[in-house]
Amino acid sequence: MDRVDQARADIGELIGDPALTYRQRVQALAMAAENLLEPPLVSSACMAAIDAGIVCDMGEGHAPYRPRYTLPDYQALVANGSEFLELPAPSTFDDATTLLLAAYANVPSITGYPVWFGDLDAVLAPFADELDDDDLRAALRRFWILLDRLFPDAFAHANLGPADSRLAREVLAIHRDARQVVPNLTLKVDPEATPDALVLEAMRTVAAVGQPHVVNHPMMVADLGERYGVVSCYNSLPVGGGSHTLVRLNLHAAAQAHTGPATTFVTTTLPVYAELAAELIESRVRFLVEAAGFFDHSWLVAEGLLSLDRFTAMFGVFGLAECVAHLRAGLDGRYGHDAAANELAHEIVAAVAALVAERPMAYCEATAGRALPHSQAGLDSDEGVTAGARIPVGEEPDVYQHLRVVAPNHRHFASGVSDIVRLDDTLADNPQAAVDITAGALAMGMRDVTFEVDGGEFVRVTGYLVRRADLAHLAASPDHGVRHSSTVLGAASFTNAALDTRTVQRVRSHERDARPRR
Amino acid sequence: MNAMPALVADIVRSSFVDGPGNRYVVFFQGCTFNCLACHNPHTIGVHPTADTRQMSVSEIVADVAESAPFISGVTVSGGEATCQSTVVAELFAQLAGDPRTAHLTRLVDSNGDADRVVWESLAPGMHGAMIDLKAFDDDVHQLLTGRSNQRVLQSLRCLDELDRLAEIRLLVVPGLNDDAEMLARTARWIGELASTPRIRVIAFRHAGTRPIARRLREATSADIEAVVTVLVAQGIDRARIAASVS
Repeated sequence: MDRVDQARADIGELIGDPALTYRQRVQALAMAAENLLEPPLVSSACMAAIDAGIVCDMGEGHAPYRPRYTLPDYQALVANGSEFLELPAPSTFDDATTLLLAAYANVPSITGYPVWFGDLDAVLAPFADELDDDDLRAALRRFWILLDRLFPDAFAHANLGPADSRLAREVLAIHRDARQVVPNLTLKVDPEATPDALVLEAMRTVAAVGQPHVVNHPMMVADLGERYGVVSCYNSLPVGGGSHTLVRLNLHAAAQAHTGPATTFVTTTLPVYAELAAELIESRVRFLVEAAGFFDHSWLVAEGLLSLDRFTAMFGVFGLAECVAHLRAGLDGRYGHDAAANELAHEIVAAVAALVAERPMAYCEATAGRALPHSQAGLDSDEGVTAGARIPVGEEPDVYQHLRVVAPNHRHFASGVSDIVRLDDTLADNPQAAVDITAGALAMGMRDVTFEVDGGEFVRVTGYLVRRADLAHLAASPDHGVRHSSTVLGAASFTNAALDTRTVQRVRSHERDARPRR
Repeated sequence: MNAMPALVADIVRSSFVDGPGNRYVVFFQGCTFNCLACHNPHTIGVHPTADTRQMSVSEIVADVAESAPFISGVTVSGGEATCQSTVVAELFAQLAGDPRTAHLTRLVDSNGDADRVVWESLAPGMHGAMIDLKAFDDDVHQLLTGRSNQRVLQSLRCLDELDRLAEIRLLVVPGLNDDAEMLARTARWIGELASTPRIRVIAFRHAGTRPIARRLREATSADIEAVVTVLVAQGIDRARIAASVS
């Protein structure tokens, strides 16, 4: 009865919360209803690890009824049209964008908004030839405005590249001018195939709006094959599938729970909590597939845009920096600056990857029946713990040292990792400089390269962006909603993670800790 | 080979403002000019100080190699790098000969106050020079730098002939060297060069300067745009001109 009363109080608060837009309120109410159910059953050890904050389900909700991340095969959609949407295969650019927008509005996710808009240059290329530059620009600009206004969530992510194209360049130019938080943008870069001129165009856009993010295409193809996409906060996943769930392990909290010498952490304590995280993943995946029956009734599955055998699950870690600091208590030298600390960090990441690779996982056929390690970029409620495997904000060494230290982690995180590299604002007059740094980062074996420009209008939070002006607006009038739900999250992250020493917007996200207050 | 070390004021491993792309910059100590508007006045003196250091050429090359995957090239600046031209020539030769650094471009950022023989000695290992032209009229130049600009103009012609003139830099100090008529003559003179180097119009800022320079007015974007307008009116292609205030 206590729980019902608490739920009623929470729901009453949501109904009257002046800071929520209508859609955000509906989403929050749905989550509150879902969370009245009992979560999928796990062992008492797993429950204890969740309560201790060592293992975390990312607030996905108690009854997973849709995968966390879906990457519908939009190439197939535009090739075939959709019976469900009652739209034929498009023959014009406008028909194609209309079909895509209709599909996006019917894609399920944790946030209520799609996390992936597709490889937009490739998907739209067959329809662009009919248009001259002015008409293409005008059509793309309308499409771009609708992506942001219909799907105001900074985790909604579009991909470009690795091939150069008129469309990729137009999108980069429009994104630079539009100054929108949505879509989040990734350029796939293959040093052999992507011309520097396209990367330079991308870096002009980075100098203006902090995007796109760069992903190492050959590395991704080696791990996931040609059909992969980058969604949400730099999560790389199979196209035509996605990830059922994302569970994360707090490495700092795990280290705090460790007893015995620091050298035994990776062989004793880490495997225990890794298994508990895997148990939570498995229970959620089984619920989604077996109890909720998502794959039995989704139109996306019926029309071949998603299939169960293209799915995986994500095993996230965060708090590596604090984990290393805890295990090295009393020793000089921190992660990012000290060879022994760096070595320990790399050892921990490699150990996590090995544990995940050894552990069979249900319904992960896309990745050989295993989950994928992921360097998780943080939640709005995280305090005093660093995102993923990053070096703490404000402690980053000079750019080359920074990249050299974090690069060895990247090969272990097939489903994504982001280390934010801050660049001087003089980049605006010399974007080639970021092309150079990107080339070096990829050569170092970085999988993901994420830039932020000092003093820019856009601030990167975990993996998404918020506008400084929106943060200021939220701070000045907290009782008025912002259109992007992720701005609210950004405001919390900004405060909790002291991002101003880095940083938020109208956009909402799944990177929200939706667990009930305890 | 390494007999002569470099007298270095500073090393910056990642700079976005010393030529195209991300660059490794060696700031050599010592300058022949004493510019009113200098933003690195501590690099003017030619003698070692507590802030300077001796570095061997091979030591610099080894450090550049560490940065090499991330940069377009190396810029030698100052102070005035050509005051240590023998060291610079050796540095460029070693960078060109080392497989780790051979692909990098090698640029000189200079006040232009160097003899032809210096440029000829540097040319084989140098991709280009970026030369400041503080003023076209000698009296204005002397007011700003303490020296005549005759050698600067000779350097520009010489580098043009050697096909090593990468950039001409016009620092704009409002009221001192932005007279429209002088700038028009500057533009026509530049237009007569055989090559078409980039022209960078740079706004004078107080940051880093000595107290005496604080009496000069900082250039605004309007000042810069006025200079660009004069250059373009004299037939300089707008695409050759880079202009920024920050």
